[in-house]
Amino acid sequence: MSYRRRRKPGVADDRAIAWLFLLPNFLGFAVFTAGPVLFSLVVSFSNWNLQRTIPFQWIAFENYAELMRDQQFWLYFINTLYLMLGMPVAIAGSLALAILLSQRLRGIVVYRTLFYLPSITSGVALMILWKALYNPDFGPINAAINAVSEALGLNMRAPEWLLSTANLLGLEVERVRVSAQQFGLGARDALIIMGIWIAIGGNNMLLYLAALTNVPQELTEAAQLDGAGKWSVFRNVTWPQLAPTTFFIVVMSFIGGLQGGFEQARVMTGGGPAGTTTTLTYYIYTKAFEEFQIGYASAVSWILFAIIFVVTLINWKFGAKEVSY
Amino acid sequence: MVEEARQTVLVKKLVEPAGERRRRNVVKALISHLVLTVMALSALAPFVWMVLASFKPLEEVEQINPLPTVWHPENYVRVFEQIPFARYYFNSVFIAAWVTFLQCLTSAMAAYAFARLQWKGRDHVFRLYLATLMIPGVVTMIPNYTLMVWLHLLDSYIGLIVPAAFSAFGTFLLRQFMLTIPPSLDEAAKIDGATHWQIFWDIILPLSRAGLITLAIFTFMGNYGSFFWPLILIKSEHLRTLPIGMLYFDTNYGRQTNLIMAASVMNIIPLVVLFLVSQRFLVRGIQLGAIKG
Repeated sequence: MSYRRRRKPGVADDRAIAWLFLLPNFLGFAVFTAGPVLFSLVVSFSNWNLQRTIPFQWIAFENYAELMRDQQFWLYFINTLYLMLGMPVAIAGSLALAILLSQRLRGIVVYRTLFYLPSITSGVALMILWKALYNPDFGPINAAINAVSEALGLNMRAPEWLLSTANLLGLEVERVRVSAQQFGLGARDALIIMGIWIAIGGNNMLLYLAALTNVPQELTEAAQLDGAGKWSVFRNVTWPQLAPTTFFIVVMSFIGGLQGGFEQARVMTGGGPAGTTTTLTYYIYTKAFEEFQIGYASAVSWILFAIIFVVTLINWKFGAKEVSY
Repeated sequence: MVEEARQTVLVKKLVEPAGERRRRNVVKALISHLVLTVMALSALAPFVWMVLASFKPLEEVEQINPLPTVWHPENYVRVFEQIPFARYYFNSVFIAAWVTFLQCLTSAMAAYAFARLQWKGRDHVFRLYLATLMIPGVVTMIPNYTLMVWLHLLDSYIGLIVPAAFSAFGTFLLRQFMLTIPPSLDEAAKIDGATHWQIFWDIILPLSRAGLITLAIFTFMGNYGSFFWPLILIKSEHLRTLPIGMLYFDTNYGRQTNLIMAASVMNIIPLVVLFLVSQRFLVRGIQLGAIKG
């Protein structure tokens, strides 16, 4: 329940006092968010380099033009999108887990806690752990694959995981092209699998769980009485009721995915092998803090910002419609 | 037609022997438990491997036998001998605690203005403020870094704490909680002559306790594991936080996988404990945070 007072004519306007209460937060916002965003836009029109050898110059749109010609930028953009391919699997998995958990069973809280563990502990420690798990020679994952392969008498070669440029789409390394030799399981797929493991029982599952308990029982019961089967009830009653939640989750995952991949690259792969796990965020990091090209890095970050802005606009335009189911 | 279907379902329920129905439910529950258990085990398996590896001698980490032949709890002590791990712990907790305190305070004040005060343009300003949540961190990261260079705050606690002390998300979350408090309370207090600060501090804050706890846990957990900002800001060893210390331990000290796993276990234990004691708040907070203002 929420109480929202309507402003009545004659009621005192608390504007002055409101601004006092907002002051600390807005001051911080102005200094550490609004100012920097504008500053970064301005800088993106310069060749500013933290190494003093290069004289500062305004170069208008040169950074952006350079960006369009920068093949690395496009390859890393594709990497970023490739790493987002795990999203639908993770979201569908979250929904499936939530459906299982929304039944009246014993020990639901225990399951929910266990599922949530990966996402609550995610961070550098977990990435170091997964790096060890993926070790092609000594890691337990390949040990298990080799054991199974031997037991079944298959002559299977276990993937090289984080050391391999292979991938499930067969993308080539230096060019935007597909070839059969590149087909296989490599670093990017390893990161996707880890990402699914982290995300599947996390916040999205909790959101679905809440949404499922909010589906009016009369609706599902009425459908059952009308003789609808399990799948039909889900498809025609539950799924439409979940639409706002699904929409929210997809948009948030999309925005998160576009900015993602930094920790994985820095901790697990160094962006390699051959740049295949370098995402846009990691590219910006290396440009700014390893090559000190602040101007160029700012231009890349503004392109990323623009893409996210468009996604958010789509969210606003269509989100409201979806919610009013 | 509908009535007919209802009748058949009802009749079927009545005709079917109770024992059979119970048996069918038991089978269904068993299958669900089976699936859930398999999923739970796959969520747990990496953690189990990590804990077991942390007790092994180095040469056994790479062998396939799951249990250590001899348990080596002293691996945990050796972590503290090789790197200033206690210092990393202190830095992470110290910084996260300060950020949490400041963020709760500034967010609560702003939320009070957005939820409890009446002023023209309030909801427009709020929506605009909320929209800033979509600004990617990486855009502000570079200018903030140069700002810290100018202010000589690189490599300092202040530089690590202050930029993280303001949050539009925290404001949004607390506003949601404060909107559920009946307005008659502030009106009564106002009639009794209370100032706005008194209403905020003595009435609204205590009533928003659940929201504050939720925000505090989110903020603490997020900043305890914070990576990007400390990575670019910290230069000297004594300021390293757990994530940064772990990163350098992993890259600089060669392949001591057993010790690195021991450090990882110690790194995540506080998070697991915090999560177990605060689950109730977290689950509600996540669900509330997704509702659009």
